[in-house]
Amino acid sequence: MTAEEVRTRIAEQFPGAQSAGDAPVTVMVPADAWVPLARFAKETLGCLFFSFLSAVDWKEEGLEVIAKVDNVDAGISLLLKTRLGSGVSACPSLTDVYRGANWMERECYDMFGIRFEGHPDLRRILLGDDWEGHPLLKSYPVDAPHPPYR
Amino acid sequence: MTTAASPSRVELDYTGSERLTMNMGPQHPSAHGVFRAILTLEGEQVVGVDAVIGYLHRCHEKLAETLTYAQYPSIASKTDYVAAMTSEFAYVRAAEMIGKIEVPKRAQYLRVIAAELQRVASHLLWLGTWCLDMGGALGGGATIFLYCIRERELVLDLFESLVGARLLYGFYQVGGVRYDIPSGWVEKCRETVDLMDRRIDEYQRMLEENPFFLVRTQGVGVISRELAQEVGISGPLVRGSGVNYDIRRTDPYSSYEDFDFRVPVETGGDCHARYRVRMVEFRESLNIVRQALDRLPEGPISSRPGLKSVAQIRIPKGEAYARVEGARGEVGCYLIADGSAKPYRMKWRGASFSNLAVLPHIIPGHKVADVVAIMGSVDPVFGEVDR
Amino acid sequence: MAVKDVPQIVPVWRNFKDLVEWEQLHQTRPEGDKHSDLFVSLTEGIHNFPGGFALTTVADTFLNWARKSSVWPVTFGLACCAIEMMATFASRFDVERLGMVPWASPRHADLMIVSGTVTIKMAPMLKRIYDQMPDPKWAVSMGSCANSGGPFRHGYHVVKGVDRVIPVDVYVPGCPPPPESLLNGLLLLQDQIAHFQRTGRRAEPTPKVD
Repeated sequence: MTAEEVRTRIAEQFPGAQSAGDAPVTVMVPADAWVPLARFAKETLGCLFFSFLSAVDWKEEGLEVIAKVDNVDAGISLLLKTRLGSGVSACPSLTDVYRGANWMERECYDMFGIRFEGHPDLRRILLGDDWEGHPLLKSYPVDAPHPPYR
Repeated sequence: MTTAASPSRVELDYTGSERLTMNMGPQHPSAHGVFRAILTLEGEQVVGVDAVIGYLHRCHEKLAETLTYAQYPSIASKTDYVAAMTSEFAYVRAAEMIGKIEVPKRAQYLRVIAAELQRVASHLLWLGTWCLDMGGALGGGATIFLYCIRERELVLDLFESLVGARLLYGFYQVGGVRYDIPSGWVEKCRETVDLMDRRIDEYQRMLEENPFFLVRTQGVGVISRELAQEVGISGPLVRGSGVNYDIRRTDPYSSYEDFDFRVPVETGGDCHARYRVRMVEFRESLNIVRQALDRLPEGPISSRPGLKSVAQIRIPKGEAYARVEGARGEVGCYLIADGSAKPYRMKWRGASFSNLAVLPHIIPGHKVADVVAIMGSVDPVFGEVDR
Repeated sequence: MAVKDVPQIVPVWRNFKDLVEWEQLHQTRPEGDKHSDLFVSLTEGIHNFPGGFALTTVADTFLNWARKSSVWPVTFGLACCAIEMMATFASRFDVERLGMVPWASPRHADLMIVSGTVTIKMAPMLKRIYDQMPDPKWAVSMGSCANSGGPFRHGYHVVKGVDRVIPVDVYVPGCPPPPESLLNGLLLLQDQIAHFQRTGRRAEPTPKVD
């Protein structure tokens, strides 16, 4: 399956999707099509390898969640994106589709404050449980004081 | 009821035996770094594991937004600090992909040589510490550890004469490499590679027929093919579970398509299969180094020479995901550039983070002693896990 | 040995006016470093007796030689410096010839080599391991991350130096310090231990030369 075919099949299935690129094929969908898109990638396109899931803080435009999945045997690479919208920080969870999303989504919650609906165990993973704030948001200063350690 | 998605909340029926919660704390002789595993035990058998990470979270992703493209590669080497060359590679490649910066052929070959030598050094440390963990800190297990460190020192000597540093380098730069090889380095490298081949034969003779080693590694920590791909583990782990996924083959970068090497794949999925994969990888890496040294072309070592911290390199707006085959798996860097000298967002896809995520799925059902063997064969490096 | 009633100050950041006061708390040695009052008064008596200093100095020299020749470090590797620490303990830069046997349990160790970045999540664990070590104990801060936060100093989760958590005796700079540097630091530590006194008093820190 070439990148061209992948883009056509996604366009057929998800009319609101915008896709571009060859390797990886970048697909942008609205948040309500997030889980169906992932399921389509896994079951129909055969993208069984879950690479990573992360987020980007676009300041006024809101947060964007990105995920990368691969079809190792056929050589297809998909970069799935969804914009959550300004002020929104909730997103459906991919843990039912890919088990690897478990820790990745916990990290997104830890760093960006995105609550993933349907995640079985959403708690902080890298920072301590009593940490306040979500560091990778652009509003968080990098050199934040935390007496007495820093 | 255990579900596949929440193995950390194990609630089995009370069968009359007491359940003990044991903390394999962040300071542990065989924890491979700062890792905390809260094990729920029924006697000697583990029924649940909650992995607590984050004790080495050093804010790489936030710091990368404040450091320029010339300053960050030295910091990037501190993610996978055991295989620092491959860590820098991902970041530098991502910046080059967005900026469409050409890398001269000589620089590409030098990068390959450095990366493959680093893979050898990293696997030597893996073998040493894994056998140390399985054998005990003094006496029994230290044999292989001392031999492997002795060989690793030879490779680090090569790096020291090339770069100036033993463990963490700033060798890779956007556009090429920073240093050229000094005179006499090629001969020394060939000698070391030949010596390494003979020594690896020695290690294999020591371990292959060792009944203790076989009992401790065969059938332990089996990762099925489906689990391997769904969780996203990569590198020797996924190749030990039957998936033929090597980025140097599927998505060749930096002239890897010029070299002739075998990618080992085993279907066992247990610790012994992963051991066999890594032993073959040793030899193939040495093979690649020999080929690269034979065909090393002349030319410049960087398309942006004279790049020091002070000089600014600007990458135009764009995004890219660059991945390299690190010693532990797919090390990736998702970079969003916004036209200035610093990235807008950098996401570090650490191989060990995904590799470690498989632990809660495979450890339950094994004995406590197997936890150490499995952790060793998964070979996490916590710089990559916690970033 | 009589167990002295040690006043239990639980240091809480809010009880201190500023960082300088907090740091002074961590730079002062714990009370338990001293021997019992009876022993101290006996040895002081012998020392002040005419000619008695010969006995106490010889005893000190002998005890310090024994202490410095058998310093057991607790294996406390945090990050990249841990790999260089392992290299120091291994074949080429053997540290066992100096008497240092790396020992995993803090209860049986004399020295803590803090190798690697100390993060806010790890700092309480580090303090707990340090507290579990019996006296007399020493600490070596290895690498620039443990000295001052290192390349990650401006990160939100990094402690700006391990001396905000425990009192440090020797600072070894480098990123990571090669084994030669760490060996140099350990030999400096052995010099320091040679000046350890029977009353638990330690050598003065090296005077700052401006």
